[in-house]
Amino acid sequence: MIGAVCKAAGSLQYKTGTWRDNRPEVNDNCNGCGICETFCPDSCITIENKKCIIDYDYCKGCGICANECVRKAIVMREERK
Amino acid sequence: MVLAERENLLAAGHRACPGCGAAIALRQILRALGRDTIVVSATGCVETFTSPYGMSAWEVPWIHSLFENSASVASGVQAALEFLQEKSSVVVISGDGGTFDIGMGAMSGMFERKQNITYICYDNEAYMNTGVQGSSATPYGSSTTTTPAGRASFGKIQHKKDMPAIALAHDVDYVATASIAYPQDLMKKVAKTKEIYGPKYIQVHTPCTIGWGFDSSKTIEIGKLAVETGLVPIYEVEKGKPMVVKKVKNKKPVMEYLKFQNRYRHLLKGEQKDIADQIQAICDKNIERFGI
Repeated sequence: MIGAVCKAAGSLQYKTGTWRDNRPEVNDNCNGCGICETFCPDSCITIENKKCIIDYDYCKGCGICANECVRKAIVMREERK
Repeated sequence: MVLAERENLLAAGHRACPGCGAAIALRQILRALGRDTIVVSATGCVETFTSPYGMSAWEVPWIHSLFENSASVASGVQAALEFLQEKSSVVVISGDGGTFDIGMGAMSGMFERKQNITYICYDNEAYMNTGVQGSSATPYGSSTTTTPAGRASFGKIQHKKDMPAIALAHDVDYVATASIAYPQDLMKKVAKTKEIYGPKYIQVHTPCTIGWGFDSSKTIEIGKLAVETGLVPIYEVEKGKPMVVKKVKNKKPVMEYLKFQNRYRHLLKGEQKDIADQIQAICDKNIERFGI
C-alpha cells in the first residue's frame, strides 16, 4: 500500500480565480448578513466590518452569492481580461 | 454557540466545479464539527477535488483509502482513539455512490458494531466524479449517462433507495436527512452528533450543476425546491424520541423543480409526460408518509 501525507490547506497555492467568467461585485446595499459567506462553495467570502469581502484570487464566479443575496447587494458582471 | 463563529476549515483553491453543492455541504459540516475532528473520505467528488497531491484543501486531519471501505477505515481510527483514550469525533464523508452502492456493506458492519462514528453521505444522486453514471440514489425518471432518456427509455426505471430507512433498520442512535439549502438545520444536526455516543447517519442533499444540468448560480434554489415539493423529506430520528419532520407551508408542484434541470428535460413534453405525474405521486406519498 502506498501512503502519502501533505500539509493542510496546500490548495491555497492554486488560484482558482482564473476560471472565472463573471465577477461578483458588492454594492452599498450590503449589511454583512453573511448569507453569501454561508453559501459560497469556494470559501472566498469573508465578512469584515459588516461588509462582505470577496477574494478574487479564488472566486470561480458561480454566482450563488448574487442569486441568494436578499438585499441585491451583489451583482454579477462579465469579466474582461 | 458553535454555529455563530465563522470558522472555515475548507481552504480556498480546491477544484470543485463552480457552484458545487458538495463543497457547500463540506464547509457547513466542518463548521459544525470544529477542528477536533478526523475525517475519512471514500473516493468521490469531494475526495478528488480536495486532494490533488500536495494541495489538500483540508484543515482537519483527513484520510482517504478506497471506494468501499471508508466505514472500515473510520472504525479502525475510532478503535485506536478509544484505546488511547483520546476524544475526537470520527466522521466519514462519502458520496451517494460510496454509501448507497459500493460502501454499503462496510457501513452496515460499522453500524452493527455500534461504533462511535458519524457517517455523512452527501447525496448528489449519481456518480458525478466519473461522468454522471446512475447510482442507486439516482431518482426515478432522471437521465444519466448509464440511464439515458430517449425513444426507448424515460431515464432511470428504478426508484431511489431509501438509505435512511436502511440505517434505521440497524437501530442506530441518530438518523437525519438535511439539505444544503437549509444550513442552520444542517449544522444543528451535525453538531448534535457530537453529543451522541454510537453510530450516526446523516444524508445531505447536494445539487450538482454539471450532473443535473442547471446554471451554477441556482444550486441553493434547486435545493430549496427539492424540499418544498416534498421530493426530498427533511427529518431526524433520535433513538427513543419521535421523528421530527421539517414542515413545508406552501408546497409546490414537482414540475417547478423538474423544469430547471436538464436531467428531467425529456419529461416536460411529449409522451413521457406521465412520468412527471408519477414523480408527483412520489412527492404526494412523501407528504402523506412524513406529514410534511
